[in-house]
Amino acid sequence: MQTEFLTGNEVVVKAALSAGARLMFGYPITPSTEITKTFAEEAIKNPRLLFIQTEDEISAGFGVIGAILGGKKSFTSTAGPGTVLMQDPISMAEAMRLPFVGIITQRGGPSTGTVIYSQQEVNLTCFGGNGEGLRIVYSPSNLQEVYDLTIKTFNNAWKYRFPSFLLTDGYLAKAKSKVEIYEPSYLSTTKQILGDAKKIVNIRNTYSTEEELAKILDKYINEYEQISKHIRDYESYHCTDAKTIIFAHGSVASACRAACSQLKRVGLFRPITLRPFPEYEAKMIARRADKVIIVESSAGQFSRMVKNAIFGVKTVVLEYQKPALGITPEEIIGLLK
Amino acid sequence: MIPKCYKKENLPHKFCPGCGYGVILKSLGSVIDHLKIANKSVIGLDIGCGLLAWNLFDVDTIQTHHGRTTPTMAGFKFAKPEAIVLAIMGDGGGYAIGLQSLLHSAHRNDPITVILVNNTLYAMTGGQMAPTTLANEITDTTPKGRDSEKTGLPFLGPEIIATLTNKQAYIARASIRSPLQVESCIEKAIKNQMRGKGFSFVEVLSICPTNWKTNAEESFKFLEKMEDVFVLGEIKKP
Repeated sequence: MQTEFLTGNEVVVKAALSAGARLMFGYPITPSTEITKTFAEEAIKNPRLLFIQTEDEISAGFGVIGAILGGKKSFTSTAGPGTVLMQDPISMAEAMRLPFVGIITQRGGPSTGTVIYSQQEVNLTCFGGNGEGLRIVYSPSNLQEVYDLTIKTFNNAWKYRFPSFLLTDGYLAKAKSKVEIYEPSYLSTTKQILGDAKKIVNIRNTYSTEEELAKILDKYINEYEQISKHIRDYESYHCTDAKTIIFAHGSVASACRAACSQLKRVGLFRPITLRPFPEYEAKMIARRADKVIIVESSAGQFSRMVKNAIFGVKTVVLEYQKPALGITPEEIIGLLK
Repeated sequence: MIPKCYKKENLPHKFCPGCGYGVILKSLGSVIDHLKIANKSVIGLDIGCGLLAWNLFDVDTIQTHHGRTTPTMAGFKFAKPEAIVLAIMGDGGGYAIGLQSLLHSAHRNDPITVILVNNTLYAMTGGQMAPTTLANEITDTTPKGRDSEKTGLPFLGPEIIATLTNKQAYIARASIRSPLQVESCIEKAIKNQMRGKGFSFVEVLSICPTNWKTNAEESFKFLEKMEDVFVLGEIKKP
């Protein structure tokens, strides 16, 4: 184990390499670009790595799929309009149960928006595509978690074969901090899906009848529900005797945590996985409080998930939403004092 | 002769009666048999009529999204350089929605083999204008014939791709009128990949009696018209 002073995007590459990533396909877009740059630099030094700069995000995503079919851990990173285009390959990965790994570095939207920050890619990352959102999505709130959860993203993608994502933002991507870099104690194994001479496979994503597709979807949805209990993750902070519970994720949760430490009887519930969502735990915590306040840098993308999870709970629910704007501990303190 | 690499249990194939795909896939099957590469090859199939071949071969296949077969198979090749990687697509998949990827794959000289079937229209969706539609040709979306003043002239894929590739590329155009020519071009394209040379591309002119609404004789007459616009032969070879 060693401590290094790194930016969030550099941490992603360190973690991807620790997790066994061999190929990266990418297209430059702020604020994710340093991930491609750093991986390209690593690939120069290490002949076992390959970086391919593609013509667009669609091609990057399908390149990742091709490499995964060949049995290699592979990933891409993108943001904003790139996340929109990326839904094309992600949807195929979802249909074919491929261990697609994407690092989504949120920027302001809609459209080109800003290049800096938002929490507006929650919907797209969790539920984008023309399917049911059978995906695993981690939302880290500090750089150490960027390292830890990137490794988990790769491990769970290959273990459970659902497309998996690390959902960061420009603040996390560009911030620099001390991070402990270690060899993971567990690494998921890989499997060559196509081109393994031992067995012929014919893989498709087009079905002839509604019933044929429905049968496969039922199976996948059922499997997703089964594995959810092993993946769902959350942090509760100062919640034991709290009257007010803040619900927040990612960078915003980091600000809320700082606020909680200075406020009396205010706790934080932070889903670490947005998909699958820790619904049961969210409901139990919300039930005990007098008041729940859902805080996010979007106009309700996260709030809808929380409200869905705690449906039926009588606790008062308030919302504090600043789409595409950062949120500081001071304003949370001002809000709840 | 039915190729050995066909899955006999999945015959007859699912293509319309008279479809040119039968000739093209049989030619590819013969090449795979001849080169004894069934267990080293992977075939990517685009969306379009080509996807109907998803379980025709006793060879690993993957059916992708419309226009995305080139980047998927290039990605596979990067991960497994020893595999023989084939991408099959139509003129809509390759020259319209997937053109950006096709051109860049050629430009990078990715060592894969692309077989593109040109029947001058989108056949799977019932016959709409494709980049390859001939001037004045009637399709669903050009009910009075393709107006080339407003919608352009037929897209010359191999000629354009030839300008982007390096000297190692193999680029040809064949017609199902001559199955032997189709077979020969496909074999050379695959051998180019096996020699580690680089990008190889064969456009095959094909017939679509269903959407053209032609009988056998008329279909081959229209193919003759296509051959006047799309010149047959090897456009580039190392």
